[in-house]
Amino acid sequence: MQIKKGADLIMICRQKNLPLHQVMLEYESAKSGKTQGEIKELMRINLQVMKDSVYQGLDQEQDMKGKIIGGQAGKLYRRCQNSQPVCGYTMARAVSFALSVTEVNASMGRIVAAPTAGSCGVLPGVLFSLAESHHVSEEKLVEGLLTSGAVGLVIAKNASLSGAEGGCQAEIGSASAMGAAAVVEIMGGTPEQALHGGAIALKNLLGLVCDPIAGLVEAPCSKRNAIGTANALVSAEMALAGIESVIPFDEVVEAMHQVGRMMPCTLRETAEGGLAATPTGRRLKEEVFSHHTKK
Amino acid sequence: MKEYGVFDIIGPVMIGPSSSHTAGAARLGQMAGKIAGGEIINVVFYLHGSFAKTYAGHGTDKALLAGVLGLMPDDARIKDAFKLAEEKGVRYRFEERDLGEVHPNTVKIVLETKSGETVEVTGSSIGAGKVKIIRINDFEVEFEGEYTTLITYHQDCPGVVAGISAVLAKYDVNIAFMRLFRENRASTAVLIAETDEDIPSKAIREIKENPHITRVKVLEPIKI
Repeated sequence: MQIKKGADLIMICRQKNLPLHQVMLEYESAKSGKTQGEIKELMRINLQVMKDSVYQGLDQEQDMKGKIIGGQAGKLYRRCQNSQPVCGYTMARAVSFALSVTEVNASMGRIVAAPTAGSCGVLPGVLFSLAESHHVSEEKLVEGLLTSGAVGLVIAKNASLSGAEGGCQAEIGSASAMGAAAVVEIMGGTPEQALHGGAIALKNLLGLVCDPIAGLVEAPCSKRNAIGTANALVSAEMALAGIESVIPFDEVVEAMHQVGRMMPCTLRETAEGGLAATPTGRRLKEEVFSHHTKK
Repeated sequence: MKEYGVFDIIGPVMIGPSSSHTAGAARLGQMAGKIAGGEIINVVFYLHGSFAKTYAGHGTDKALLAGVLGLMPDDARIKDAFKLAEEKGVRYRFEERDLGEVHPNTVKIVLETKSGETVEVTGSSIGAGKVKIIRINDFEVEFEGEYTTLITYHQDCPGVVAGISAVLAKYDVNIAFMRLFRENRASTAVLIAETDEDIPSKAIREIKENPHITRVKVLEPIKI
């Protein structure tokens, strides 16, 4: 089975009358020699790590402080519980979950790189909020991870998933596209709709630069995970309504690739441009590292 | 083009915050510890480039030390590495040092074992948790630890390599990659063979029987 482009995925789905996650499962089984059951079991382990990281960072008792961020997830989660969130429960909770996972990551906790450590909050945020509000089973969530894996695979092969190569659009943009496709399939959308959801999500974050303050995976990374999560849900909602991406998925991925190539080095994870180069960004950098030398 | 699998995209499970500066660092530490072998009592880390500039922010120091102590890149105890080292009586130190024309994420690890041996291992974290060992003691080497890796130190003379590959063949171990490194002709040489299968302990014993071979080490692949 050859999968290079999104169009390949759609063609196989149509020929075999299968959803994306099942095509991904067959592809992985052929590639690794593992049975479909073994692959699902391994994916279930990753799902469990994601789940732990979602709830770990919401707990007030835990020290989830990185060098710059910490405590934001709990704040938003408590607001969801105590008042009616302006963007609705599913989205507000998803965002609090995504923040939580990024705080766990920043404080040297255990996470799943999905696709990267910098973008580790998006998929857990999307999936576990949907699981609560729409009563999605664990089996369906595992399938969702496989769907998102298929989308990530195509992006990895045709563009990049690394902030150092393609900016934040390659990390959060890709994670968001992966999340959108997963939500579409979990909610009963077709493979075509899933890729439209992915395309819309990636388009919305096209051009996003990678400018981490002090070079740390904290700010603006954490809140960009939040927006990647919200964007995944919004894009999936549109795709499920039958709204299509004007530009097809594969062309969006190629556009992202080209935009990444045009992006200057200062905006690709070097912490030399963008927010990292602002007066406050520079001050925070000095504070973080002078604190260390004093120790 | 690399053939990606689904777990390259959804994974690995790791301790944050950075795949190169934390997960990769833990892996480098673990490989260095295994290369040294035995009980380690003292370790010094010389951090180069981006490792030197940002190690505290990314927990690179804790991850390296945790790796030397044998912890996996997804072990939640990585953040307590300093305490663990003290409990185990392992002394450690971090220094910033320019290691020359190497990858920005490079560290030289000098390990002292209880038997009084000192081993120097230099390696780079090359992204996405992947690593490369580039130097062991005086030998410039190159391997990534993705496969079971056999390392032998031997006298540079005819027949040694043939003997090693014959033993591996006898135990149905296929060599995926093999390279030889030496300083001068007839001096000590290092062989690094990466194999598709695990190397059984009986095979290792047979390799050790060759009088020209002074030392044999096997590194299991570190899965992350």
